[in-house]
Amino acid sequence: MSVLLLAEHNNQHLSTSMENCLGAAQQITNTVDILVAGYQCGAVAKEASELPVRQVLVADNLCYEYGFAENTAPLIATLAKPYSHIMAPASTFGKDIIPRLGALLGVGVLSDVITILDERTIERPIYAGNAIETVKSHDPIILMTIRPTAFQSACKSTQPAEIIPIDTVIEASGVHFCSHSATTSKRPELSSAQVVVCGGRGLKSKEQFALAFELADSLGAALGATRAAVDAGFVPNDYQVGQTGKIIAPQLYIGIGISGAIQHIAGIKDSKIIIAINHDENAPIFDVADYGLLADLFTAVPELIQLLRDKGEKSC
Amino acid sequence: MKILVPLKRVIDYHVRIKVKADGSGIDTNQVKMSINPFDEIAIEAAVQLKEQGIAHSIVLVSIGEDACQESLRAGLALGADCAIHIKTNSPLSPFVVASLLKEVVEREKPDCVIAGKQAIDGDHNQVGQMLAGLLNWPQATFASAILVKQNNPRVFEVTREVDGGSTTIEIDLPAVITTDLRLNIPRYATLPELMKAKHKPLTVLMPDEFSVKITPHIERLSVRTPAARKKGVRLKTVAELVDVLKHTEGLL
Repeated sequence: MSVLLLAEHNNQHLSTSMENCLGAAQQITNTVDILVAGYQCGAVAKEASELPVRQVLVADNLCYEYGFAENTAPLIATLAKPYSHIMAPASTFGKDIIPRLGALLGVGVLSDVITILDERTIERPIYAGNAIETVKSHDPIILMTIRPTAFQSACKSTQPAEIIPIDTVIEASGVHFCSHSATTSKRPELSSAQVVVCGGRGLKSKEQFALAFELADSLGAALGATRAAVDAGFVPNDYQVGQTGKIIAPQLYIGIGISGAIQHIAGIKDSKIIIAINHDENAPIFDVADYGLLADLFTAVPELIQLLRDKGEKSC
Repeated sequence: MKILVPLKRVIDYHVRIKVKADGSGIDTNQVKMSINPFDEIAIEAAVQLKEQGIAHSIVLVSIGEDACQESLRAGLALGADCAIHIKTNSPLSPFVVASLLKEVVEREKPDCVIAGKQAIDGDHNQVGQMLAGLLNWPQATFASAILVKQNNPRVFEVTREVDGGSTTIEIDLPAVITTDLRLNIPRYATLPELMKAKHKPLTVLMPDEFSVKITPHIERLSVRTPAARKKGVRLKTVAELVDVLKHTEGLL
């Protein structure tokens, strides 16, 4: 058995989720190759070669600059034959490409894999994480997208893997890049942060949402939000945590002014410790919280920030 | 321009689902069913293109048991023109669904397929991309905005919601677009539209009228309820919270 892992990257750095995907791949076999398709992505290939993989395949060409499914999927299809499995992270990148690859290879895809039971059998969440199904693939080649937060990351390798250039050039026809708007932030990245503060509609307004930012900064945490808060215009949509947003699993999650809609809970329930601050004692978030503080967030959160500050000063 | 919108009938998203006691699946008995919310957004997007004079007809297609026709009628009431029901009681994998849809596209010859990005039951997020791959059409997944190019109505400018931001691309028709939540807010059907929908054409087809081989290549072995988190502790003061974080959990 051997796995081809599709690298997610921005032509400069490998996404940190790749280490977790590699951890998942290693549950099947230690024969793992990584494919880096991009443009001027030598730095990414080098990062990939430091992971415990057999080979790093690098398709470095202008046509792969934006990671379009229209040409990345056929590129993988040309390389697929020797592999028993092809994997990618269950991100918008992986989910865009892998099903299209499935169509080209005439096989199905196992999406959002959270447990690997054996080389053909996996667990995955359905109904926004309210049920878990065990599924077996009978396809000749098994395609998966991996939910990175469900797997331990693989260690770095001592010996760099061999880098093999791939010369295949496939133009992405019928699709053209116009622009990308990235949300830039000095805070840690939401999907990989150790501590995450999430704000909900209970914060009431865009101005008052600043309180969530302040708490996040006093903890060195990433900031997230519920769909309700995003829809209310408090923060942009890439802050959204939940089944239809980002799935997170930090060491510590603090939810403020969050009632706990099913779709938000689906995105946080793998967090190690969940803390909820809410004034409604019937809020469903208290059902999943390890520690619940029934309080008005507009008095409790400033108090918490103050106590965290005092603590910080004392330890200095 | 003709637009095809695939539609799935799913358990209504307000319903708290129950896993069957024997672990074979989810209990759908006596449960409220609705059009998959992402598909409703797809219908709304198509109807808006029709209202802008860009699309002239909207065809709905649903695959599943007889009750799908109710959902198709509901979709027709939202502004679609005609519907196709492919009748089957077998559970189908996203790949088989995409293969059937490919043949529907070959018969109907739409200029664009607008599909929900995923159905809220299986949460696969595959059919649109697979269909695009089978047809060798461009794809624009997770769309949060669709604009028609002023100088060329055969080109759509689509904004896609991606991790860490958004990306805008142009795609040449024919193409597949999959819809994300923020694309639009679907309208409600009016009573006259509901009445009118009853008389719109609905064609029923059987899977054996297609050349698709229906195989259970992806087999569901069992379904379980996720492990519940352990019962939490209620705290009274912020000081208690800081103390717990610091001493009990050793986090600060």
